[in-house]
Amino acid sequence: MGIVSPGFRGRRRPAGATELPPGQYLTEDFPVLSAGPTPRVPLDRWELLVTTETDQQYRWTWSELMSLPTESPVVDLHCVTKWSKLATAWEGVSLDALLGGVETAAEYALVSSYGGYTTNLPLADLLDGRAWIAFRYDGRDLVPEHGGPARLLVPHLYLWKSAKWVRGIRLLVRDRPGFWETAGYHDYGDPWREQRYQGD
Amino acid sequence: MAARDETPSARTLVLDVPDWPGHQAGQHVDVRLTAEDGYTAQRSYSIANAADGGRLELTVQRVPEGEVSEYLTGVYRVGDPVEIRGPVGGWFVWRPAEPDPVLLVGGGSGIVPLMAMIRARKAGGSRVPFRLIYSVRSPEDGYYADELRTRARDDSGLDVAYVYTRRAPRNWPEPPRRVGVAALNTAGWPPELAPLCYVCGPTGFVETVADTLVALGHDPARVRTERFGPTGG
Amino acid sequence: MTGERIDDYLDGNDLAGPLAELFAVDVTVATGRCASCGLAGPVAMLRVYPHAPGLVARCPGCEEVMLRLVRTPDRAYLDLRGMLTLAIPLPA
Repeated sequence: MGIVSPGFRGRRRPAGATELPPGQYLTEDFPVLSAGPTPRVPLDRWELLVTTETDQQYRWTWSELMSLPTESPVVDLHCVTKWSKLATAWEGVSLDALLGGVETAAEYALVSSYGGYTTNLPLADLLDGRAWIAFRYDGRDLVPEHGGPARLLVPHLYLWKSAKWVRGIRLLVRDRPGFWETAGYHDYGDPWREQRYQGD
Repeated sequence: MAARDETPSARTLVLDVPDWPGHQAGQHVDVRLTAEDGYTAQRSYSIANAADGGRLELTVQRVPEGEVSEYLTGVYRVGDPVEIRGPVGGWFVWRPAEPDPVLLVGGGSGIVPLMAMIRARKAGGSRVPFRLIYSVRSPEDGYYADELRTRARDDSGLDVAYVYTRRAPRNWPEPPRRVGVAALNTAGWPPELAPLCYVCGPTGFVETVADTLVALGHDPARVRTERFGPTGG
Repeated sequence: MTGERIDDYLDGNDLAGPLAELFAVDVTVATGRCASCGLAGPVAMLRVYPHAPGLVARCPGCEEVMLRLVRTPDRAYLDLRGMLTLAIPLPA
């Protein structure tokens, strides 16, 4: 530990009775994290592409996505940079609805974004009502800074797995690390087990 | 160690750093704060003074909700320890041996490393002509106002021009405006003189000024930039 | 101002501290060549996106990633895939 600066507490709020994952601090605002310029994707050119391990492709346009049944999850977000934000309200389409008709024996997924970002996770973590393609936040259309028009939302893992500006999901037999995972971050990223870095 | 207020929201910390190796004008340090429970936060701050033994001056702008700047401008008391790494950065620096004229363009707190250059010019006995264009929102927002007034009078070869973006002083000859072609033409150097240009300020400010300088004919390789993001500092 | 939102990036100058922890020379004054578009320039002039789980530096010409740096409690991960060469000035 470094030299302690007396009276320094940082930008932290008492968590009260709420229990947070280890090492996390509560925030009220919604910090914008970004590894590059914010992509602007016109809705008439937006598409979501799922590619299986046998190179079969499934495609949804924006209007096709909008025609699917939506859900309104209220979830806690945990960012690996140590802030947590509780009870965030989203609207989106469950990945179960999208992947239900996809023929696959794959166990892993590599999610990609407009702008080039990627992140990997087990396919099972996208299923069973635990992941969404989200396009509304807090009652409004999702703004580009937070991943609009649509982002992946996988709130039970650290937020870097919830790829902003989601564009494609590649289903893989073997795990393939994504943008941050190739640079030292954990392949799974469970905040409750504090899986921040490789080896955690 | 000491502290002094530059504006209602900016404070200069004068630190006494044992074994300080010295620094060049324009360099910065990384300040790391550690709380009692081990929580840490780190921000970069430009050094404001010319090299002077173990003395180090940092001018910190208070950013609303900024955990480090709120601490350094408010809670921090003279004598409290802070962890500092540096000096670092060898690109956005000016050395007194440089023979070329210099244009400094600062926006808001972006004046800090440019002030170090102005101070190093005098301390190093350089006679290279300097021109400073300092963009501030209103007269009260300018850092080092008294010192800049004195130096513009006494440091021969130093010109200081202010540009007010929101509210100008009474009887100021022009309405509030932003640094653009007009200011860079009248208060800068013609590109034919091939000055070294240092531009420091918020990202948007630096973007606009650097682009305008290049459009006016300045060599992009001689336009050095330092962006201060709204880093929540 | 145009009212257009400008993405929040800083200069490669900001890499000086984190890289000083790894290298004996100041890498920010070295000239890096982009593996994607071939543009060469000082590392200090790359576009650094600091609000992320690590530092990401992009080419000012084509915006491709040239450098990534992640600092864990006991390790640094440095990815220079996007950097074709790094020309480091040394005393002759």
